[in-house]
Amino acid sequence: MKVRVEEGSCHGHQSCAIAAPEVFGADDYGNAVVLIQGVIPTELEAKVRRAEGNCPERAIVIED
Amino acid sequence: MSIDPLTDYDIFDSQFVIDPFPVMDQIRESECPVAHTDRWGGSWMPTRYADIVAVAQEHDLFTSQQILVTGPPPGQEPEGPYAAVAAPPISSDPPEHHWHRRLILPFFAPQAVAKFEDGTRELCNRLIDGFIDQGEADAAADYAQQIPVRVIATMLGVPTDLSDTFTGWVRGVLEAGLKDQAIRLEARNNILGYFKREIDDRTANPRENDLITTLLNSEVDGQKVPEEYVHGVCNLMLVAGVDTTWSSIGAALWHLAQHPEHRHQLRDDPELWPSAIEELLRAYAPVTMARIVGRDTEFQGCPMSAGDRVLMSFPAANRDPRQFERPDEVILDREHNRHVAFGAGIHRCAGSNLARLELRVALQTFLARIPDFELVDPSAVTWAGGQVRGPRQCKVRF
Ligand code: HEM
Ligand code: SF4
Repeated sequence: MKVRVEEGSCHGHQSCAIAAPEVFGADDYGNAVVLIQGVIPTELEAKVRRAEGNCPERAIVIED
Repeated sequence: MSIDPLTDYDIFDSQFVIDPFPVMDQIRESECPVAHTDRWGGSWMPTRYADIVAVAQEHDLFTSQQILVTGPPPGQEPEGPYAAVAAPPISSDPPEHHWHRRLILPFFAPQAVAKFEDGTRELCNRLIDGFIDQGEADAAADYAQQIPVRVIATMLGVPTDLSDTFTGWVRGVLEAGLKDQAIRLEARNNILGYFKREIDDRTANPRENDLITTLLNSEVDGQKVPEEYVHGVCNLMLVAGVDTTWSSIGAALWHLAQHPEHRHQLRDDPELWPSAIEELLRAYAPVTMARIVGRDTEFQGCPMSAGDRVLMSFPAANRDPRQFERPDEVILDREHNRHVAFGAGIHRCAGSNLARLELRVALQTFLARIPDFELVDPSAVTWAGGQVRGPRQCKVRF
């Protein structure tokens, strides 16, 4: 699994970082940044799916 | 409401203020889930999650010329001596909205608000010290109401001992002033008069590590920002940060007073806190915002004209069964929760990280010191509604 954030849609709710703090963080403006480059470790996949399911802007894109 | 809510809803109806959800459900499941009323200056009210999010995200069509849920049409509101001062970024539309928002975002990033955690906890403990020996307290008035106003005053660098005065002004704008323009204007002028003096003082004597001084010195495209911008930001931070957060804390305590099983769940499993905070925000979303339709359009079959007001009831969105399973139940570990208590789109709450911190610290501190409590009299709880919904008197016994 890989994950990215659609920059134009992200408005900084930070719901992603609340659901998966290992994978998502915030830049200086509070918008999402993905902390893990490349493939997401298997044990974090469920958290990433939860993050995706919590983003009100549907800005998180999961690529399996 | 004995009247037909589809064509004549009243956001200030006393039953609706106490419990708006049956009416919202009725509208949402009717043939036209976008209701209309002529009351309070007239408005449309979508009730489905998808429609409310669409209004929030389509900022070109649904403008922020006005965001209060009542009042005269844009351009006709009496504004007094500070007519040039708005409430950026909440009152701004693109393209200005972009820099109006971007300049303040760094103050509210998660890393930036973390420094308020210890002070907020001390404040909560001090408030609890004041009533814990009495076996009874007003969770709304003696606790929830006292917290956000002091946090915001600290952030803005203005005296926390003026808290009661600030609270009175904010209620003037967001509560009584929604029904009476004279009250709103007086409260607004008090806020702006106060911040004008604070700004003048900092222009003469700049301060170190001070939010207002930093904003006054900030530049956009090589030019210093206008003073009216900074003035408007101060106005907004006070108005947006107080009633809202206090209502969330109060509603969460009202809920926990009636749900011992949720108090126990939180005590036994502290890892629940992050999702629990989001779930309480979802279920008791305090804020309804308005938009002004920018050009004649049809929305979900409703003919809307330029200048019409549309309400975005985030409380209604958050209870839509199309989006949330068992929406009326509080499920502390809800797996998927795309709630919009903080709105959506470009105006999405800039203060949300601070609001969450305050909500979490206020609840954790209360529960740590008062693990068991109940409502003294459920029918005696009073609520405010309209723009911001939350309990105003909520006596609990412990
Ligand atoms: C639980 C507490 C809070 C809730 C539910 C809440 C809710 C909201 C909502 C729904 C909006 C969107 C407005 C719109 O679409 O027109 C908003 C905007 C805003 N809020 Fe909050 N808010 C809360 C606390 C705070 C706090 C503590 C601050 C800090 C000062 C704050 C500052 C702002 C600002 C600056 C905006 C405007 C953002 C923009 O227009 O770009 N809010 N809030
Ligand atoms: S939840 Fe969505 S909108 Fe919010 S910060 Fe994360 S990616 Fe951005």
